[in-house]
Amino acid sequence: MKIHEYQAKAILKNFGVEVPRGYLAETAIEAKKFAAELGGTVVVKAQIHAGGRGKGGGVKIAKNADEAEAFATEMIGMNLVTHQTGPKGKKVRKVLIEEGLDILRELYLGIVLDRTNGQLVFMASTEGGVEIEKVASETPEKILKEHIDLTVGLQPFQARKLAFGLGLQGEQVKHALKFFNALYKAFMESDCSMAEINPLVVTKDGNVLALDAKITFDDNAMYRHKDFAELRDVYEEEPLEVEASKYGLNYIKLDGVVGCMVNGAGLAMATMDMIKIAGSEPANFLDVGGGASAETVENGFKILLSDKNVKAVLINIFGGIVRCDRVAKGVIKAASKMDINVPVVVRLEGTNAEEAAKLLEESDLSFEVGRNFQEAAEKIVAAIA
Amino acid sequence: MSILVDENTRLVVQGITGSEGSFHTRQMIEYGTNVIAGVTPGKGGQKFDDKVPVFNTLDEAVRETGANASAIFVPPPFAADAIMESANAGIALVVCITEGIPTLDMVKVHAYLKDRNTRLIGPNCPGVISPGKCKIGIMPGFIHQPGKVGLISRSGTLTYEAVKQLSDLGIGQSTCIGIGGDPIIGTTFTDALKIFKDDTDTEAVVMIGEIGGTAEQEAAAYINENLDKPVVAYVAGRTAPPGRRMGHAGAIISGSEGTATEKTEILRNAGVHVAETPAEIGATMQKALS
Repeated sequence: MKIHEYQAKAILKNFGVEVPRGYLAETAIEAKKFAAELGGTVVVKAQIHAGGRGKGGGVKIAKNADEAEAFATEMIGMNLVTHQTGPKGKKVRKVLIEEGLDILRELYLGIVLDRTNGQLVFMASTEGGVEIEKVASETPEKILKEHIDLTVGLQPFQARKLAFGLGLQGEQVKHALKFFNALYKAFMESDCSMAEINPLVVTKDGNVLALDAKITFDDNAMYRHKDFAELRDVYEEEPLEVEASKYGLNYIKLDGVVGCMVNGAGLAMATMDMIKIAGSEPANFLDVGGGASAETVENGFKILLSDKNVKAVLINIFGGIVRCDRVAKGVIKAASKMDINVPVVVRLEGTNAEEAAKLLEESDLSFEVGRNFQEAAEKIVAAIA
Repeated sequence: MSILVDENTRLVVQGITGSEGSFHTRQMIEYGTNVIAGVTPGKGGQKFDDKVPVFNTLDEAVRETGANASAIFVPPPFAADAIMESANAGIALVVCITEGIPTLDMVKVHAYLKDRNTRLIGPNCPGVISPGKCKIGIMPGFIHQPGKVGLISRSGTLTYEAVKQLSDLGIGQSTCIGIGGDPIIGTTFTDALKIFKDDTDTEAVVMIGEIGGTAEQEAAAYINENLDKPVVAYVAGRTAPPGRRMGHAGAIISGSEGTATEKTEILRNAGVHVAETPAEIGATMQKALS
């Protein structure tokens, strides 16, 4: 689960991570008020779930409260386009007003999962403000890494290695050690899957703060953090995905024209691949789960058919433990309740696949049956050619 | 021969009285798996279906029955604990079916297993099967047939698809391993390939990968340097957008790392026979064997 910068900073602050003083404004008038309260130079930052905001005009430095009001007026309501939003951009609804800082250095700090070692790893670099992937591919020697042994946690010597490795001195080191420990604690206790402070800044008076903060939570651990549910911003999500999540469906909208409904995530990805190989583009990822019950199929149809780009639907179910004839009956039951006006191809493989094909062919539905994976993909692409 | 599980496997099921656990225990017994014990804390002393003794702890189950493998069907909040309990009791093979275990729980499990002689398969996987001998997991047994091709996969139903394609062509399997779709798993492609390498009855291996992480790339390096047996691979998710979790917690392209195209190319360069479509996994193996 992704959250906004202002939410991330509020959480980090609770754990003792230093962040600039700031306020969230939903109107330009509020922005002006908060800027005046902070005094002097402030930064106006558009709050959307995407990086690269500065280049798109979503981060501006205001010399005074009037300027802050003017920037907020520009930003609130605008469609901010960055390299992470796609060409349509994302609508800005809120801005963060933060105190301006006298910055000496911009660094990078992150905690991520090293999947190969099965360990968390602290990553730090002197190249603040640059995407870490870019640093990793161009100058990997500039990335410091400290793997964490979870049985003991982040050790002081590791924090020192990072701080001195970044070239910090005197007071800066003290602040950095406190920062690293607080960030680690926040990560562990909030079940983060990623935390990125880019840039981590050192101010002229020796302080170390998170100028930006991006954290994501592990969806699997959300049962331990019921209070995080309110951090979700549905405006940042695709409306159809929000709708699908109400039905408990695992759905991701894409830009193609062939809707697909599949049981199992791997087979769903493979089905999308097949649609592409057969010459079209998938409209979505949708995993209806192993059982593919009549109810999930019905909800799946509702979501797929709400996507105006969808010109055809491919259902690909591998019935293993669950028998295909039962799945077929569910599909027929679900479909007969609905007004389906696009071609549908159904492929059921596994136990009682033949009976299932017969049931579908003898039903009142105009569904086509694909006898195998290849045939199903070819039929669905032919149906819209 | 086969690897990991066979006629000598003595299975204890953790969560045997739950709805998933009981359903799949019956399926496993029906397939011929030697299910000799179950564990559900608080239900010790009962008998599952009047035949399988249920114990309160793994230790007790191992002591009383000599179990050497476990299958885990407990809900996500308790699954990491169940894995560690098995490892602590000296179980050699732990197969964790549970989907949705918090990642930080698995980081702890990973550290816990480091110095123990326990192999973990999964979590978030369909399990392991040596056709005709033993099945630990939730896969449909009937699609398999005994033979000489090993299979390793991060997926569930896509694995069944591949197995069905193999069996339909008369290509049997030695052992099929669902290694799981999570970011942290007990047994990786490379780990499984190493075991298949030493199995004299496995002549070739199918690998089904997907987007996210670098496990396929690491496997490619291993195959290139160490494996003489033919390997057929398919990597799912070439149409997956970056930054989105495609069902499996581990199936996510981060930055530009972990795309299907990149993985496929690296595997191809390592001499792996790449199936051009997911419908041609069986046919590609048939060609590789001829």
